[in-house]
Amino acid sequence: MNQVLMKIPYYPGCTLNTVAKQFDSSARDSALAVGFEMAELKQWNCCGATFPLAPDNLMGLTAPAKVLSGARKVGDTLTTLCSVCYNVLKRTNSVIRESKEKRGVVNGFIEEEYDGSLSVLHYLEVLRDRVGFDKVKGAVKRPLKGIKAGAYYGCMLLRPFEDVGIDNAERPTIFEDLLKALGAEPVEFPNRIECCGAHLAMNDEEVVTRLSGAVIDSAAGMGAELVVTSCPLCQYNLEKSRGAGSSNGVPVIYFTQALGLALGQDIETLGFEKNATDVMPLLKKKGIA
Amino acid sequence: MKINLSNQDVQSVSVGKVERLSGEDLKKCYQCGNCSGGCPVSYKMEIPPTRIMRMLQLGRLEEVKAANSMWLCVGCLQCYSRCPKGCSVAAVLEALRQEALRESADRVDVKELPMPLLKKAPQQAIVCGFRKFVS
Repeated sequence: MNQVLMKIPYYPGCTLNTVAKQFDSSARDSALAVGFEMAELKQWNCCGATFPLAPDNLMGLTAPAKVLSGARKVGDTLTTLCSVCYNVLKRTNSVIRESKEKRGVVNGFIEEEYDGSLSVLHYLEVLRDRVGFDKVKGAVKRPLKGIKAGAYYGCMLLRPFEDVGIDNAERPTIFEDLLKALGAEPVEFPNRIECCGAHLAMNDEEVVTRLSGAVIDSAAGMGAELVVTSCPLCQYNLEKSRGAGSSNGVPVIYFTQALGLALGQDIETLGFEKNATDVMPLLKKKGIA
Repeated sequence: MKINLSNQDVQSVSVGKVERLSGEDLKKCYQCGNCSGGCPVSYKMEIPPTRIMRMLQLGRLEEVKAANSMWLCVGCLQCYSRCPKGCSVAAVLEALRQEALRESADRVDVKELPMPLLKKAPQQAIVCGFRKFVS
């Protein structure tokens, strides 16, 4: 590609550097193929993995604020892939921008003068708003033709709407619109915005199995042959729980793996072997691999 | 069940603290039940979200604190998203957790977490779990 690449500062977060490397690498490669480069922040720390819901807990804002202030020094936009990082960074950014008092306290802790002027964008938003789904569609070399794919949003991309909502909180379409651009056949299913059980993976497997299993069953029940995620914890929970009976075989992949696949990247580079479910039989059946 | 309520219960300082920590006005809740209907974990809660709000309005903090409800809430915000009054039961439950963790032992013993889980689970689950279950 001979045009100048748009560089966007990028925050990977802890999990994309460890158990979700395939999410990170497929996103970086795909970005280059559609005209932007994800410039990883030189120095970053964990975002805290949870936005403190108690508004007096400013301590929980210091870690994400540190990330934001570092990112602001290298650009006016910050992109991220993990839905939780996105949620925490974007909400913290709003608090810092909107409350002079809290901004003062948080800046005092981290010894910075950050004002909340960064735009925090999820990678899906970059594709929709900066690149454009039409351009993504134009770059597709291996359309995901004939694959009925269910987009799983989970919670953190959508709620609370006024702070983070990348789309309508109850009837989002951004994820399905991307899948359509990639040539797949998106399947809307009832549980696509329901919780996967999240961090209860740590101490309450029954809840996770029930909630994530319901997500897979709901997708399969509407005819989905594949479920696509945007969060390493959703991915882990869904793959671990699988679903019951006939939906047990539905594979789960990151949306960036679907993107890389459609953009024609070598299948070996997409890291499907790192997923706990096997998407290859489906790809072979559809004549894609 | 007959309950005895006093003004002292209803206007108790400790319930006021829950309001302060959560930033929520408990009186706004009019018991429509949307939160319990949307909550993915209410099936397992000893006291579902709607009743938590009502009991706190009536000052019955100790019973609410003794229930497992606050430890099951993952903060998915479905309750808040669907509340016609804009209340976040998730924030109320977070306030209760904060209270409990400040007063007593951790909910999860870090040393007891199984090694296979720590090796396989996404770091975000562990970090988030520590934030919710450990003081």
